[in-house]
Amino acid sequence: MKIYGVAVLSLCFLTGQLLGEWLGRMFDFNGNIGGVGFAMLLLIIFGDWMKRRGWIDTESESGIRFWSGMYIPVVVAMASTQHVKAALQGGWLAVVAGVGGTLFCFLLIPLLAPKRDHDRGSSNDKP
Amino acid sequence: MTSLLDSLLKYEMIIALLWVGLVMYVSHLISRYLTRNRMPGVAIAIGLGLFFAYFGGSKGVADHPLLAGMAVIGGSMMRDFSIVSTAMGASISEIRKAGGRAILSLFVGILAAFVFGVVSGLSMGYADPVSLATIGAGACTFIVGPVTGTALGASSEVIAISIATGVIKTIFVTILTPLLARRIGLDNPQTAMAYGGIIGTTSGVAAGLAATDARLVPYGALTATFYTGMGCLLCPSVLFFLLRALLA
Repeated sequence: MKIYGVAVLSLCFLTGQLLGEWLGRMFDFNGNIGGVGFAMLLLIIFGDWMKRRGWIDTESESGIRFWSGMYIPVVVAMASTQHVKAALQGGWLAVVAGVGGTLFCFLLIPLLAPKRDHDRGSSNDKP
Repeated sequence: MTSLLDSLLKYEMIIALLWVGLVMYVSHLISRYLTRNRMPGVAIAIGLGLFFAYFGGSKGVADHPLLAGMAVIGGSMMRDFSIVSTAMGASISEIRKAGGRAILSLFVGILAAFVFGVVSGLSMGYADPVSLATIGAGACTFIVGPVTGTALGASSEVIAISIATGVIKTIFVTILTPLLARRIGLDNPQTAMAYGGIIGTTSGVAAGLAATDARLVPYGALTATFYTGMGCLLCPSVLFFLLRALLA
């Protein structure tokens, strides 16, 4: 049943958030530290483990798939409900960080790509 | 007529679902016919969302009574829940096969984007660690930014900036990838995996690789899938604390 998958997702979500809140308190900070990340990690590990045991079938998994299909629409709704008018004076910051950060990351790709003999010189001569 | 429409106001969440569906549809039409699929429909849809939010107030389009349900769908609970669900597609055995270099590329990519975002924020007058971490996370992806911002308690305008940063990154990645592919040696699966891990924004990586060499898409997507999760884990925790310690 689809709800089984959704229930597993909910369990991972709540456990992750609890971990994030607990860490926040540990570090004396009023916030959630990495809760979403922990929840994702849990779902990857726990979901993989349950699938290998055959405890999650495709029907249950489709319950989780529905929510992951709603992810972009939810993000669109989130973007639509921000205080954009106030953010506009920081608009240049978004351009600088978005464009500059992307260029910076592109420059790093050759460092982590496997070395090849025939073009060892040309792949590293970028400024 | 107005009173008839007003009777629908109690179904605010359903109206919002219809509205988001329409925005997505229009964005995909724009993507297909105006940019010939060069710009991902996802990035256009989020950009369109930000554009409409400009005409609202502090809650964006949700300030309009007919679209009040957008605040429910776009709220942090629904958002975090749907983001977590995307982890189901990621498989540990696949990333293990990809090897240490692919995993290293994730850390390098997140750290590089975060640092660049923080430095940009500092240079433009932001000084508090919460806002800076949110902008740095936005330089990772349009998801890591708002997740970090909400977790740390950033203001809505800083979150909006972080979303815009991530959207600009996605669009820029899509345009830049086919142009730079040769110079960075992006013509084999290993480099595509390193590329996906360093760049991270899934829709940008998929669209950029599709425009370069469609056979490389699954390799780039493999590492990029883990990027958002790692970003949501590292940005509001280790990276935020490092930043706060450095600024203190």
